[in-house]
Amino acid sequence: MVPMEYYLVVSTIMFFAGIYGFFTRRNLLAILISIELILNSVDINFAVFNRFLYFDHPEGFFFALFAIGISAAETAVAIAIIINIYRNIRNIQAGKLDNMKY
Amino acid sequence: MELVVFCILAAAIVVFSVLTVTTQRILRSATYLLFVLFATAGIYFELNYAFLGAVQLTVYAGGIIVLYVFSILLTSPDGDKLATKLPKSKFFAGLVAAVAGAVLCIFITLSHTFPVTHFTPGELGMKQIGFALLGTEKYQYMLPFEAISVLLLACIIGGIMIARKRG
Repeated sequence: MVPMEYYLVVSTIMFFAGIYGFFTRRNLLAILISIELILNSVDINFAVFNRFLYFDHPEGFFFALFAIGISAAETAVAIAIIINIYRNIRNIQAGKLDNMKY
Repeated sequence: MELVVFCILAAAIVVFSVLTVTTQRILRSATYLLFVLFATAGIYFELNYAFLGAVQLTVYAGGIIVLYVFSILLTSPDGDKLATKLPKSKFFAGLVAAVAGAVLCIFITLSHTFPVTHFTPGELGMKQIGFALLGTEKYQYMLPFEAISVLLLACIIGGIMIARKRG
């Protein structure tokens, strides 16, 4: 049986890799990929806490399940917005989004 | 034996997630994200949460990565183009923030003793998941199930409305 702290350290490293990517990347899709890393690490955390501490109450399991579904929906809408941005200004660097519509 | 499998999965997660956020080419970033998601599903399977691992594989590794690859190839004509140069100050600020946060969180995690006296071996059965997901008792999840279906419908309609061809 693997101790619980090992899983938590792994998910923490993934979380802060996602935060580093969110701070430093300029491409909008790369920022979205970093957000996916953050959400994934949080799901691992929920699953690990539920499995080791509260196995009779699967609340953490269902939170992770619903979080996976919700992040899929949010990714789809964000990519639709990014495609719309690309259609308008032909560029998806975060620094170039500095003009309002009118 | 479990420790060996966990070490392989953990090494894969750490290496590929760091590579995801530091590589210059965005298509490689999406590929490394795919490997991270596979390793995460492996961790769910090791925790005996087979349903969660299967959902992770189908939704994340099978759906979201495909979406990302499509959108990368749609929005940059040469999907392999190198990104613009990162200014040094931003790089150091991001690195210091991420490393400081990671050290703080890992220190707090390792210095706290979790009460794992009641680790029940075995797996969460499919029957129990089914009754909990579609039941209407106090701790059952019929309402979030229906709410997430409404959310998915709204996201489908919203995505089509935003990205449709105009004019």
